[in-house]
Amino acid sequence: MDELMLDGNAVAGLLQEVFAVEMTTAVGTCASCGAAGPVGAVHVYRGAGIVLRCSHCDNVLAKVVKSDSRVWIDSTGIRTLEVTV
Amino acid sequence: MAGTALLRRLTWQLAELVEVVVEAPRVKTLVFDVPGWPGHRAGQHVDVRLTAEDGYQAERSYSIASAPDSTRVALTVQRLEDGEVSPYLTDELRPDDKIELRGPIGGYFVWEPSDGGPLTLVAGGSGIVPLMAMIRTRAAAGNDTETRLLYSARSEDDLIYRDELEALSGNGLTVAYTLTDLQPPGWTSYARRVDPEMLAEVAPGPTEQPCFFTCGPTPFVEAVAEALVRLGHEARAIKTERFGPSGG
Repeated sequence: MDELMLDGNAVAGLLQEVFAVEMTTAVGTCASCGAAGPVGAVHVYRGAGIVLRCSHCDNVLAKVVKSDSRVWIDSTGIRTLEVTV
Repeated sequence: MAGTALLRRLTWQLAELVEVVVEAPRVKTLVFDVPGWPGHRAGQHVDVRLTAEDGYQAERSYSIASAPDSTRVALTVQRLEDGEVSPYLTDELRPDDKIELRGPIGGYFVWEPSDGGPLTLVAGGSGIVPLMAMIRTRAAAGNDTETRLLYSARSEDDLIYRDELEALSGNGLTVAYTLTDLQPPGWTSYARRVDPEMLAEVAPGPTEQPCFFTCGPTPFVEAVAEALVRLGHEARAIKTERFGPSGG
């Protein structure tokens, strides 16, 4: 267990800024193990950027890097994302 | 209706400090007036942004402590010695001062009276804050959902909201405390870290299908979630909010 680990709630503001909808209740499916669950429950690590990992298999779901005017998102580890609109 | 609320663009806005309540030696509740506040749900948070004269910005998330109440939003902030934001909020900010915030944010770690229960809330230290918003929202709605709070703190001095929790107890709400490091003379409640035995005593059993919300430092939340799963509760019924070493 890593004391630096947070959860999806910690990036709720950033994700809402990007997607313009509440994202912690969006359901993502891990491209590695196939587990599906709400974004609010994924594991989050913050460093120079933000890494989202699957809470079941630890696969990297997404990497997010923010600068003053841009947000860069690599979401290779997410197979599908189901968002309430 | 829900759709319009969900699609509201998240923008920074000015909030004016209207009241300060000292909760504990290093903990204060700051009540802000936020013009145009759309209301919030218990468990949601706001992002607070401070800008220095040279343009440097620091951003932190704080749980909302209050039940929805027009344009008033209460944040309970613990002062972290080497923090960038919390010392300013707890020591420097005065009534009539303004800060920038945005919210309400989040939808996963949220409880509404219509969600029902039985509800079990497990707080570690200042992790009590969003759970207190749930208890206050429940009380304000006149809701009697069976609710059990297990609140862990280091010492009696670190417990906040205690008088209010006592006043709200009954009508389906029971509160249990554990003090892990220092107990006052005559302390009869728990005096150890939260463990599976304690959770089994405090929470309803798996057959009653309780929903759990646990908030606190990461190791605390991990221990609680693991213990609950070991007791036979479903992982998806356990909602977590980890503080981590927030550096606030």
